[in-house]
Amino acid sequence: MTVLTKTGEGAAALASELARAREVAETVVDPELPMLTLADLGVLRDVALTDGTVVVDITPTYSGCPAMATMRDDLVHALHREGFADVRVRVALSPAWTSDWISERGRAALTEAGISPPGPARREGPVLLALKPARRAIRCPLCASADVELTSEFGSTACKALYRCRACLEPFDHVKEI
Amino acid sequence: MINDADLLVNDAHWAFGTGFEDPLAGVDTTVPEGVDAAGLARCCLMLGDDALVLSQRLSEWCSRAPDLEEDIALSNIALDLLGQARLLLARAAAADPSLVPVLPEDSPVPAEDALAFFRDAGQFRNVVLAELPNGDFAETVTRLLLFSTWRLEVFEQLVTHADTVLAAVAAKGRKELSYHRDFSARWFVTLARGTEESRRRVLTAVDALWPWWSALDVPAEVDVVLEQVFAAARVERPEVPPAEDGGREGGHTAALTDLLADMQSVARAHPRGLW
Ligand SMILES: [Zn+2]
Repeated sequence: MTVLTKTGEGAAALASELARAREVAETVVDPELPMLTLADLGVLRDVALTDGTVVVDITPTYSGCPAMATMRDDLVHALHREGFADVRVRVALSPAWTSDWISERGRAALTEAGISPPGPARREGPVLLALKPARRAIRCPLCASADVELTSEFGSTACKALYRCRACLEPFDHVKEI
Repeated sequence: MINDADLLVNDAHWAFGTGFEDPLAGVDTTVPEGVDAAGLARCCLMLGDDALVLSQRLSEWCSRAPDLEEDIALSNIALDLLGQARLLLARAAAADPSLVPVLPEDSPVPAEDALAFFRDAGQFRNVVLAELPNGDFAETVTRLLLFSTWRLEVFEQLVTHADTVLAAVAAKGRKELSYHRDFSARWFVTLARGTEESRRRVLTAVDALWPWWSALDVPAEVDVVLEQVFAAARVERPEVPPAEDGGREGGHTAALTDLLADMQSVARAHPRGLW
């Protein structure tokens, strides 16, 4: 193994290795929403290079998320494939993931795939009782009409609600705000 | 011709494989300095058992709810609680390994499963409210309203706990619990102000649950929220003497024994099984 120093050429090589590791990590996609990369989803929090080991920090989208193990394996495999032998994935539980972390590019990719992206999530502070279902101001991802109705709070997965567009009559999934 | 190998279930059939691994894998579980590890573990065990037992009860509704929408909602609430239980039991086991039942040296059962499947009723620390049979839909909704309103407030307070793992579990869980509370509150009001029959069932449920509810030591903020829901539902809160709830010390009703017999039978019949 080449020992890299923090001066001159060494530092530059280290920076470019880190940039490459980051690039690889950023290409890994979510197992449930493959049109989104983990970076676009906001699950990928940090990529660092420490003593030759690539350390990746990720955060789960909800308690006991079954996709976490797959995400971890996919990250490790992708980095191994690109020649990074030592990879460690750390799971950060705090701060809790919020749908606000989905990037603009991620939102565009969701809409492109016929899925309505989440609106702004609730801010911190006590959660007030809501005796009426939340009315979301959303648009049909297919025809952009705002004339939509909720069919079910649970769509194809627990994190999505099912809607129907009254204008084009198509059903569509909406990623819920959390 | 069908090949035998094609009939065997393989991992490719499952979205995420068949391995249920440590829910805290990759998380730093060192107990912070100044935090009493045994006390932290006891607290996580109580909260984990509450969630595990109610999750198991709610899952009994799967394929039996009044309609598909409520069926999926109750199953998802059960799954949320199971997710909380897994994290909390894993946290309890990491903080105080002496809580975990001792299994044979080569047992493949992880600590959270040993806690869930290899303790008897007397070792469970859940409150009795969580273990009572479901009753009808009105009773299920009423119990969920009381339980989730209380648990949400407890989690709001745990968000600032010195143990960062427990604090993070609470921060995550409060988003789930606020949905559980609002879901059950809406149904409580809907049924209480629905037909004569649905209202009668809500009132019966409140009467049946209240002794177990008033046995609990709940923060004052919980009452403020319940007040709003009961006012909207035009239901009075009964004045009844509290029942004797020894759940936190392992004193349970026969309902828990039945529930555990069902939940634990497969794991105990195959103690070396890999899932
Ligand atoms: Zn449309």
